[in-house]
Amino acid sequence: MKEKYDCIIVGAGPGGTAAAYTLASNGLNVIQLERGEYPGSKNVQGAVLYANSLEKIIPDFRMDAPLERFLAEQRVWIIDKDAYVGTTHRTAALNWDNADRYTILRAPFDRWFSKKAQEAGVLLICETTVLDLIKEKERVVGVRTDREDGELYGEVVILADGVNSMLARKAGFRKEIVAKEVALGVKETIFIPQEILENRFGLVDNQGVAIEMLGAITRGMLGTAFLYTNKESISIGIGCLLADLKKEKIPPFELLESLKNHPAVKPLIVGGEVKEYSAHLIPEGGYHAMPQIYGEGWMIVGDAAMLVNSIHREGSNLAMESGRLAAETVIEIKKKNARFNKMNLVLYKEKLEKSFVLKDLRKYKNFHAVIGKNRHFLTTYPEIMNVSLFSLLQVDGVDKRTKERETIKNILKKRSVSGILQDAIQLWRATR
Amino acid sequence: MHVVILVKQVPDSSQIRVHPQTGTIMRQGVPAILNPYDLFALEKALELKDAYGSFLTVLSMGPLQAEAALRKALSYGADEAILLSDRAFAGSDTLATSYALAAALKKIDSCRKIDIVFAGKQTIDGDTGQVGPGVARRLGLQLLTYVQEIKHIDYEKKKVLVHRKSEKGIQVVSSQLPCLMTILDGHSAIRYASLPNMIRAAKAPVKIWNRMDAGIEDISKIGLKGSPTVVGKVFAPQSSRGPAEMMEGEEPEVLCSILLEKLFKKYPEVEKEVLQQVR
Ligand SMILES: Cc1cc2nc3c(=O)[nH]c(=O)nc-3n(C[C@H](O)[C@H](O)[C@@H](O)COP(=O)(O)OP(=O)(O)OC[C@H]3O[C@@H](n4cnc5c(N)ncnc54)[C@H](O)[C@@H]3O)c2cc1C
Ligand SMILES: Cc1cc2nc3c(=O)[nH]c(=O)nc-3n(C[C@H](O)[C@H](O)[C@H](O)COP(=O)(O)OP(=O)(O)OC[C@H]3O[C@@H](n4cnc5c(N)ncnc54)[C@H](O)[C@@H]3O)c2cc1C
Repeated sequence: MKEKYDCIIVGAGPGGTAAAYTLASNGLNVIQLERGEYPGSKNVQGAVLYANSLEKIIPDFRMDAPLERFLAEQRVWIIDKDAYVGTTHRTAALNWDNADRYTILRAPFDRWFSKKAQEAGVLLICETTVLDLIKEKERVVGVRTDREDGELYGEVVILADGVNSMLARKAGFRKEIVAKEVALGVKETIFIPQEILENRFGLVDNQGVAIEMLGAITRGMLGTAFLYTNKESISIGIGCLLADLKKEKIPPFELLESLKNHPAVKPLIVGGEVKEYSAHLIPEGGYHAMPQIYGEGWMIVGDAAMLVNSIHREGSNLAMESGRLAAETVIEIKKKNARFNKMNLVLYKEKLEKSFVLKDLRKYKNFHAVIGKNRHFLTTYPEIMNVSLFSLLQVDGVDKRTKERETIKNILKKRSVSGILQDAIQLWRATR
Repeated sequence: MHVVILVKQVPDSSQIRVHPQTGTIMRQGVPAILNPYDLFALEKALELKDAYGSFLTVLSMGPLQAEAALRKALSYGADEAILLSDRAFAGSDTLATSYALAAALKKIDSCRKIDIVFAGKQTIDGDTGQVGPGVARRLGLQLLTYVQEIKHIDYEKKKVLVHRKSEKGIQVVSSQLPCLMTILDGHSAIRYASLPNMIRAAKAPVKIWNRMDAGIEDISKIGLKGSPTVVGKVFAPQSSRGPAEMMEGEEPEVLCSILLEKLFKKYPEVEKEVLQQVR
């Protein structure tokens, strides 16, 4: 007799593990399958962890989670070829115990999170790839893995298998990946001794910095770049829309190289040693690209459901939130002794709609379309800002009024008054 | 037939990095794996299980984290796992390690008679290859090292026939059971575990034995006290290779002459020699 699990979860990233943890700590019989050697083994990224979504699952995570630094400072840089203008926000109100964002390295973090889930009772099987969903008529009743006697049966299956979600595509729950709806992100971890790092960025007591960058570094392509400080390394990366990269035929590592050599960035990483390099897709299609996320006996969470807020570079928190909400859906249906059919699983979508996940995705639902069509935001404006500021600040014997007039004239050469007005309205609409 | 396989958890040496500033070995974050040589021994034991229905016990001495290595062994199909773990074992060299393992084996043998003990050829961190022979000597077991293949077992007559590799060729050796074999690498790669075995291993209890469970009373034979060997210093050898250099050009002839020019400039003695040859 084959054992039947309450829930089968595919993937042990933040989405799958959030679901697994929530289910097991409510006493459900959960099996989780991960193709990597251990959770996080395929993930060498450094990233920003948003505390809120994790806190709802493990309130005292700060006690023993492998966190690198808390973000005390956030910079935004608008970059031109050899200059940048930027803003900095730093506050002393944040500390290790109350911060809302931390830098992490995904490999140890995913491992820690999964250990918590296993302690809660999750049965985790690694080095096992799920190849197919087992269906009876239209209902998903289990999964087939790549191992001998590799079939498993469960009442409901949660797909948390990441952006590529081969399973969702194979089962026809999702269309093939469109180059317009995913970005390709490349990133590096650069080793820098702790003392040098802290001096360079002015950090004490586990403080950390995040720098978000846009402008000339993406060469007109839709994308952004970032730099985060870890304990004794820096995560630096750049991501652009896959469709743009294809069109421009620019290899992403070349973008990363020129980012690292940009005069704004170079001094921050000088003397460092590259430890790791990785490339990964990011679902950026937003609200419109979201597939059907529930059905007869199945739900999809995290990247597999395209739940990423690319404007704010949030992904793992949306994965955790959706994982937890999917699990709560299972728990509620189980309590009522009801069936895991499409009609009842709609509860998952309703929960997501009420959460920040879909509220945020809805807010930015037209952002990509607008910015994608109107590249002035990525090319003209960064240049205008940098050049104008440069000429206004320069003390070169020209009087200020003449300078202002010259600057405005130069701006209008690049973009007309009506053009600027239209852009402003577009931008406003895109973020409503 | 009862077969015990000795396994050790080791840091994955392919992922060990040397700290760029201090030059020390960075063990932190390096994943621990089952000693690859022990996997060959385990596969040999699994083949015996397939053929004779043997009962397989895996035994390891190490910190509590080593449980993961034992669980892995269970997933391939071992029946029982025992981890020898006690603060008193810390700092053991090969002498103390083989003492502790031998004591545990005696204990295991008293519950279920052992017919064969398997060990790997060596580990990838300590590299001594002494533990297997050390255990055999202490237990007075027949010792077969560098075993490539087990040709035949006559369980009634308690006899085993094996092929062992020697410098000049292959020796065909027969021995009395019980015996201890150290298994050569490269002959039988570990199988892919079935899903039911993976699930069983994830759920199965690993027995944790402290020194008393293993029947060790005398602590002067284990741990630092029982270890006459001291590792004086560990250091990373300087890389003797210089940085690589790219030479660009279309014509192979041109590239060759650039290459020769560079080589000759660096090694004038080679140039002399080559010129002499040419003449
Ligand atoms: C860098 C380094 C250098 C060292 N140098 C020395 C040294 O010079 N002299 C010295 O005496 N010790 C040394 N040690 C300690 C030694 O590694 C351990 O004390 C001992 O547990 C195993 O020796 P080994 O790893 O060489 O095993 P080997 O003798 O190479 O192992 C052979 C087989 O024995 C079995 N086995 C070995 N260890 C265990 C175990 N703990 N549990 C179960 N089965 C096991 C396995 O089947 C293995 O394949 C060193 C350790 C390190 C990390
Ligand atoms: C360059 C870059 C930078 C990013 N920075 C941030 C950041 O700073 N902050 C942030 O919040 N987010 C960031 N993200 C996004 C974030 O990484 C993802 O949103 C998040 O990892 C999604 O979690 P998940 O659990 O849905 O999927 P994943 O983390 O991708 O996990 C999926 C898991 O499923 C496993 N799997 C896949 N298929 C199978 C199968 N068939 N069988 C078994 N197992 C399978 C995989 O091995 C993997 O472990 C970034 C992404 C990139 C690419």
